Amino acid sequence: MTRLLANNGWTVGLAVLLAMLLIATKVIQPGFGVSGLDSLGRSALPFALATVGMAVVVIAGGIDLSIAAMMAVASVTAAVLMDGVTGGTSGLVVIAVLGLGLAMGALNGALIVVTRVPDIVVTLAMLFVWQGVALLILNAPGGGIAPWLRGLIVGGVTLPGVPAEWTAWLPRAVVVLAVCVAAVWLPIRQSKLGLRFYAVGSDALAAFRSGVPVGQTRIAAYAVCGLFAAMGGLAVTMSTGIGEPIPGPYLLASVAAVVLGGVTLGGGRGGVLGPVLAVFVLRVVRLDLTLLSVDPNVAAIVEGLIMVVVVMFGGVLAMRGRRA
Amino acid sequence: MTEAPSLAVLDARGVAKRFGAVVALRDASLQVNRGQIVALMGANGAGKSTFVKILTGALRPDSGHVRIKGHDSLVTSPATARRSGLVPVYQEPSLIPDLDVAANLRLTSTPVDPFRHWVRELGLPDLRLDAMIGRLPLASLRILDLARALAVSPDVLMLDEMTAALPTDLVDRVLSVVRAQADAGRAVIYISHRFTEIAAICDRATVLRDGMTVGDLAIEPGIEERIVNLMLGEGMAAAATSARGGAARAAEQTPRLRVRGLRTGTRLTDVTLDLARGEVLGVVALEGQGQDELFDVLAGNRRATGGTVEVDGRAVTFRHPADAIAAGLTLVPGDRAHALLMARSVRENIALPLVARLGTWGAIPMRDEAERVTAAIARLQIDTRAQGEVRRLSGGNQQKVTIARWIARGVETLLLFDPTRGIDIRTKRQIYALVRDLADQGAAVLFYTSELAEVRQACDRAVVIFNGRVVDVIEAADCDEPTLLRAAYGLTGTRTGPAAVPA
Amino acid sequence: MTATITALAPMIGRLGRLLAERPLIPLIGLLVGLVGVLEILQPGIVNPRWLGNTIKFAIPLAMLAACQTLTMLTGGIDLSAGTVATIAAFVTATLTPFFGVPGAVAIALACALVAGLVNGFGVAVCRVHPLIMTLGTGLIATGCLLVYQRFVISTGIEIPGFLVWLGTGRTWGLPNALVVFIPFATLLIWGQRRTGFGRLLYAVGANEAAAQLSGVRVWQVHLALYALSGFIAGLTGLLYLGIVKTASLSLALPLDLPSVAAAVVGGTSIFGGRGGYGGTLIGALILTVMATMLTLMQMPEGGRRILFGAIILVVTALYIRLTDRS
Repeated sequence: MTRLLANNGWTVGLAVLLAMLLIATKVIQPGFGVSGLDSLGRSALPFALATVGMAVVVIAGGIDLSIAAMMAVASVTAAVLMDGVTGGTSGLVVIAVLGLGLAMGALNGALIVVTRVPDIVVTLAMLFVWQGVALLILNAPGGGIAPWLRGLIVGGVTLPGVPAEWTAWLPRAVVVLAVCVAAVWLPIRQSKLGLRFYAVGSDALAAFRSGVPVGQTRIAAYAVCGLFAAMGGLAVTMSTGIGEPIPGPYLLASVAAVVLGGVTLGGGRGGVLGPVLAVFVLRVVRLDLTLLSVDPNVAAIVEGLIMVVVVMFGGVLAMRGRRA
Repeated sequence: MTEAPSLAVLDARGVAKRFGAVVALRDASLQVNRGQIVALMGANGAGKSTFVKILTGALRPDSGHVRIKGHDSLVTSPATARRSGLVPVYQEPSLIPDLDVAANLRLTSTPVDPFRHWVRELGLPDLRLDAMIGRLPLASLRILDLARALAVSPDVLMLDEMTAALPTDLVDRVLSVVRAQADAGRAVIYISHRFTEIAAICDRATVLRDGMTVGDLAIEPGIEERIVNLMLGEGMAAAATSARGGAARAAEQTPRLRVRGLRTGTRLTDVTLDLARGEVLGVVALEGQGQDELFDVLAGNRRATGGTVEVDGRAVTFRHPADAIAAGLTLVPGDRAHALLMARSVRENIALPLVARLGTWGAIPMRDEAERVTAAIARLQIDTRAQGEVRRLSGGNQQKVTIARWIARGVETLLLFDPTRGIDIRTKRQIYALVRDLADQGAAVLFYTSELAEVRQACDRAVVIFNGRVVDVIEAADCDEPTLLRAAYGLTGTRTGPAAVPA
Repeated sequence: MTATITALAPMIGRLGRLLAERPLIPLIGLLVGLVGVLEILQPGIVNPRWLGNTIKFAIPLAMLAACQTLTMLTGGIDLSAGTVATIAAFVTATLTPFFGVPGAVAIALACALVAGLVNGFGVAVCRVHPLIMTLGTGLIATGCLLVYQRFVISTGIEIPGFLVWLGTGRTWGLPNALVVFIPFATLLIWGQRRTGFGRLLYAVGANEAAAQLSGVRVWQVHLALYALSGFIAGLTGLLYLGIVKTASLSLALPLDLPSVAAAVVGGTSIFGGRGGYGGTLIGALILTVMATMLTLMQMPEGGRRILFGAIILVVTALYIRLTDRS
């Protein structure tokens, strides 16, 4: 038991911090309740999905700067394809967009492996490319989305035969998040592919010597990141109802959440739960600042400061870790 | 090489490999039969590591073939090597630090029960499968690597310096297990510097020199002498230059450099030596005996965990190479890639220390710099335009550039780490002459070399380091290669202990 | 296929060496070629007026690209440059009514310097990758700008006259901004080869470990570098303010990505140790001419972005391949 606690101490700490922050929110605004949780969940959803994608890539020892741009591509593709379309076709569109995400990520990974250009440079270049693609698909916010998808993340959970008050406090958005992450990450984590992600991130040379196909593994990691980016883009469109070609602030937010969530920027360590908790922590902090009537721009500064400090701290830790 | 090829599990012949202008292997061969342990030996720079990389598939040979179990080797990576039946155990552990033992086994599809069996046999019965690799000591990791290799029942097992980091009890276990494996029919390639072990378990020894296989001998008592001669080259002509006459040193002079009990990392345990002004002190050691760490500490690139260093009588601690340089200790590293700015010009490389300090960040006195650079180039007879990119120069000239840097700045104590590795004979002689010159002008020189022949030509004395300690101090006149080599292997048995006695 | 490649190989090798040793020559060739294409697309477009305009718009791009060039020499980058420039411009415009021109300019440049120092601290001491550090600083700086903006929303804006003169005026058909830019560029080009600091930028980028072994305290170089970069970004903002003549919250942001592209196209390697401001200058001109070309061809914004990204990727990949071989 103590071993479990020791290994996951950071995550547990984040969970406790989140709980305390939620309590603080209730104190600041006693009226905070189901609808507050609902909007919190919905606003956090795209960030959380982006963070999970980033976490996977970082664990495998890389980084993907184009994640926000890939989200934009997914967002506008979904909006354009779903505009005025009903029922089953919209389901197909979702699947197509997810496939698109996989393809975008795989392309990023393939370029990195084949050109031997460092991941930071490749994904920086692809950031421009995907931005351009998004603008070509839709050069201003627009398009539409199927109503059932919108409803998927609005409101609290309702189960047949169970009184609404018991389950309504749990935002649908959080459930969607949990399902998406679990459906993709859990199987990977248990499989050899997941092991390979950690191996390549921890020590690519030792992994190579142990017979791990390093190039393929890297491409797979970036593909998974692209998949989550697509989910994130879909979430943005589901949230706003339209497609958004300009990338949102998801890049730095996801990097910071990943570091705050206990994943080493150098790779090989950490999981996905920590970063997700970190996303919620940051969102609640922002929420509390808003409720305290702090100027939203000041709140943005505070958030930016937290992010930078966290990343700087993470850098120092990575340095120490390498020395030990 | 009299065994019929059909019995050989591993048969490598005529393997050649070059990297650009550098020929790493000319004609290397190796045969190993079932039930045999063959030692692969060779001095530093003989091409051993390149050969190993080719055998394990990390590199492709330019010519020659490698046959495993009669098939032409389809080995293109460690994964395919495994499938072909050749399993290497490298010097650096290939376990993933952030995963536990069980995860590492799953990663490589290693069967767990055989693994546990071997771990127990090799002397680690208490190993837990959920132990995190990053927390285990190096010795355990090497045992785990070996157990992992044995668990997949390889046809050919390759062990690279298997016992290097192991305490004696584990060494004995490993040796007996390896011998037992061979007796049961496995083929083993055993790479090591340790004669005692080779004599204990190996059947044959293949010796590499200058990229060629120069001998394949059966192991019998007293074979060491022949092996040493093969590694050095029988009947090698003595160098034309005579041994350097040691300059007379005043006994009361404070040594330029005084090192006592220096310790750092795992390999440097306790080095004590004195270096006087005007002296060229050679350092002789096999690979990985602590000499890298010694030079790193003296150059300010690494902190010592114990011991003291005094320069001209003053105790010093270096936190940064700039501190060492300020104290007059300047390093010429062994790997030119670490010392040179390959993409920049010769002039920029040579003038680098001149702009290092904050006070020199302003406008460069171009004429003064040009004079210094030209003088250094002339003194070292560097064969190039000062504007050319360093990357274009030959190895010898590149090496001269790394030395020229300190000439331009001014030399007080020069730390030379294997300055003549991979350099042609003419340039070598020029470097010896330069070193002599510098010493005559009052500089102190610490000269580590992996080539024993040059100790006598360039140095006044030599200290021999083995297992992180100074085990012998030999005057230049007595520095013939067999003596040095034996001392380097710790074979002389005369552990004279830290000898820092000035003449 | 392989036969063609083996036949081309020595040519590619020579091209690689040419690129490495005299990068300006093929670049100038490319520039001239592009101008030629422009003339073909729309005969008569190449005239002194167009030339003056091109130079006028290339100057702020080239100045911002200086930040990228210098930082890229050490293997870094400065993605906060556009934001810092915008802040400097905005602060100058809004504070001139209060403190007069010298005071406002001084404060604006001080802000830019502080941003640079923050970047420098993160990179030098905390060893954060410059890309992430400058992204973060940019974000914080944007937040500060937005907060500041709310404070001054009611007061007036005054754009210093001399900046307008610099930005929009012409003397003998050439933009007045050259009065500032020519000394600036000359100083940079001279400094990068003839000062210790310039040499160290190349050294740290070429081989940080070797530089350290030669006694260079690398953290000092990084700190000074990013502070300088911030300062230059501030200067760029001032100049751009004079050109655009409005105090906008996103003034210099459109220059962010192209400034990186200008440096890369100009031959400065993202890995460090190679390149220089001379090439960046030509790179900035090339990009400005390309922008005219893209407008003529009516390429949408999206296509432009894709092109930028593709350029950076292809050029970097080419550099890796070519320098590996030579």
